[in-house]
Amino acid sequence: MTTSEATALKRKAIEIRKLTVDQIAHLGVGHIGGSLSVVEILVLLYYRHLNVDPQNPRMPERDKLVMSKGHAGPALYSVLADRGFFSTGMLHTLNQGGTNLPSHCDMNRTPGIDMTTGSLGQGLSAAVGIAIGHRLQHLPGRVFALIGDGDTNEGQTWEAAMSASMYGLGNLVVFTDYNKMQIDGPIESVMKTDNLNDRWTSFGWFAQRVDGHDIVALSEALERALAEASRPSMIIADTVKGKDMPQIENDYKNHNMPLTAEDRERAFAHFAMLEEALR
Amino acid sequence: MNYKTTRADGGVANAAAVNPPEMREVYARELSRMAEEDERIVVLDADLMRANGTATFRERFPERHIDVGVAEANMIGVAAGLSTLGLIPFPGTFTCFAARRAFDQFFISANYARQNVKLTGTDPGVAAAYNGGTHMSFEDIGLMRTIPRIVICEPSDPVSLAALLPQIAYRRGSSYLRLHRKPIAPLYAQSEDFEIGKGKVISEGNDLTIIGTGAIMVAEAIRAAELLAGYGVSTRVIDMHTIKPIDEQLVIDAARRTGAILTAENHQASTGLGSAVAEVLTEHFPVLQTRVGVQEEFGEVGTQEYLQKRFGLTADNIVERAHQLLARKAARVL
Ligand SMILES: Cc1ncc(C[n+]2csc(CCOP(=O)(O)OP(=O)(O)O)c2C)c(N)n1
Ligand SMILES: [Mg+2]
Repeated sequence: MTTSEATALKRKAIEIRKLTVDQIAHLGVGHIGGSLSVVEILVLLYYRHLNVDPQNPRMPERDKLVMSKGHAGPALYSVLADRGFFSTGMLHTLNQGGTNLPSHCDMNRTPGIDMTTGSLGQGLSAAVGIAIGHRLQHLPGRVFALIGDGDTNEGQTWEAAMSASMYGLGNLVVFTDYNKMQIDGPIESVMKTDNLNDRWTSFGWFAQRVDGHDIVALSEALERALAEASRPSMIIADTVKGKDMPQIENDYKNHNMPLTAEDRERAFAHFAMLEEALR
Repeated sequence: MNYKTTRADGGVANAAAVNPPEMREVYARELSRMAEEDERIVVLDADLMRANGTATFRERFPERHIDVGVAEANMIGVAAGLSTLGLIPFPGTFTCFAARRAFDQFFISANYARQNVKLTGTDPGVAAAYNGGTHMSFEDIGLMRTIPRIVICEPSDPVSLAALLPQIAYRRGSSYLRLHRKPIAPLYAQSEDFEIGKGKVISEGNDLTIIGTGAIMVAEAIRAAELLAGYGVSTRVIDMHTIKPIDEQLVIDAARRTGAILTAENHQASTGLGSAVAEVLTEHFPVLQTRVGVQEEFGEVGTQEYLQKRFGLTADNIVERAHQLLARKAARVL
């Protein structure tokens, strides 16, 4: 990736954070922490790698993403709106009665969403099914999934992990949003999820660990993952829950919290500073 | 009974009605109170102790609180293991995960194995609001009702919750408590008695009986009865805080006295309270019944208020359905 490409993607990440904060602040409450931690991963996928067509969201040969941590819907909606799957104006309907943007991702409501999620632990199994199905139907699309570290507590995640390696799913690339937080506190004090690299490797996956907010490092890891032909890939992305909202960063209470107009202003002032630094 | 002074819009006499307690606080407080006296009480969570109010229990009894992380099936299995040693485990999560996610573990390890697992689900039905369809349980009572000999309770207020909790703890066998976790004004006086399996008559009436369950629908039932009074309809209102075992005598008595029954629940209209009542009526005293509840739909996102309207879980809808029921009753009598 060239330096100017990297800078463009970093700028895009700031724009996506703006849309996400604005979306949640407009409603007044939401899953802000885990939305902000996945932004670079989504930006890398949707602005550089995924073969998707906003005009034809169900195009059969497309690449697909399963957002297993379905509560990060707001971040994904920002990306999909910015890419033109629907209008950015629709972002202000988040969670309102009759909306097509529910807090948790819903494939039947939102153009560009490939799987319905929200009950944690179910996403990776669906991704495995899609990856096996792509192979059966000779579809060229690759399958991506994004799981949370809390999400990883569910036994089903590990059942899916076994299936993926058993079936040699080289077309499956999964990211763990390793923000080290769940609802009840830091994972360290709730359910330890350490040695993730070893865990996934021992389940037969090609596992890597990178800085999940470093677009270049993420991109390099993704290139290596995409080169794997016969093993599923796991990219463990070290992230910060609530990234780039300094007032809430790394506080487990940011999982689902109220956001006021004032919080939004503070965040936007910080985003302006980050944008300035990229000039 | 003091519902009129605490629930009606004007003339609020009770301080608790102005600043109602959160049901989850009452739940955690009562668990702590029991745990103080009884070492066998253990509380389990699956990464929702903050949502469910049991974080205070953990502070007070760190050794008797177990957070398994986001792993509901494991939580139920661990609770069953604790129960085999005579401990009394109270695992809790949202209703959707308590019932749907860990049903087999609860069925086999807790119930079939004849253990004492006191499962609590919070945010029933439309109370899940902004969490949306994945989190909206309109089927948990139905699922739980299929388990032989289980106790299922959905208290409508903090007083009945506090009264039923020790009975749930000390009645042998597993149970499912469907718990509204948000603030609810007391419906009953502190001195009121409650017994598992015995519904509460909230007001007397002759024309029809509304049987409601849970914080949302008992409140709507009371409001509906007030509205119906404006039309000259005399309504008996029952708070059926125990759905299983259902209070057969009270249902039969209501059928005999009023000749028409309307059930109201924050749940599918089938498989839950309405079905339990219908089973009693058809076998013992068939009268016309109307079931107010969700009509074969999945949940969706929105405010609780929006969702209550969307699914017809309002006093207004109860009133409309009551009028239809009364018309059918009159036509049948003629
Ligand atoms: C099966 C299930 N259990 C519980 C929940 C409630 N819940 C939503 S998010 C969450 C914590 C998730 O932690 P993590 O996956 O690390 O998410 P992140 O930190 O990225 O926001 C929990 C317990 C759920 N959505 N699904
Ligand atoms: Mg996390």
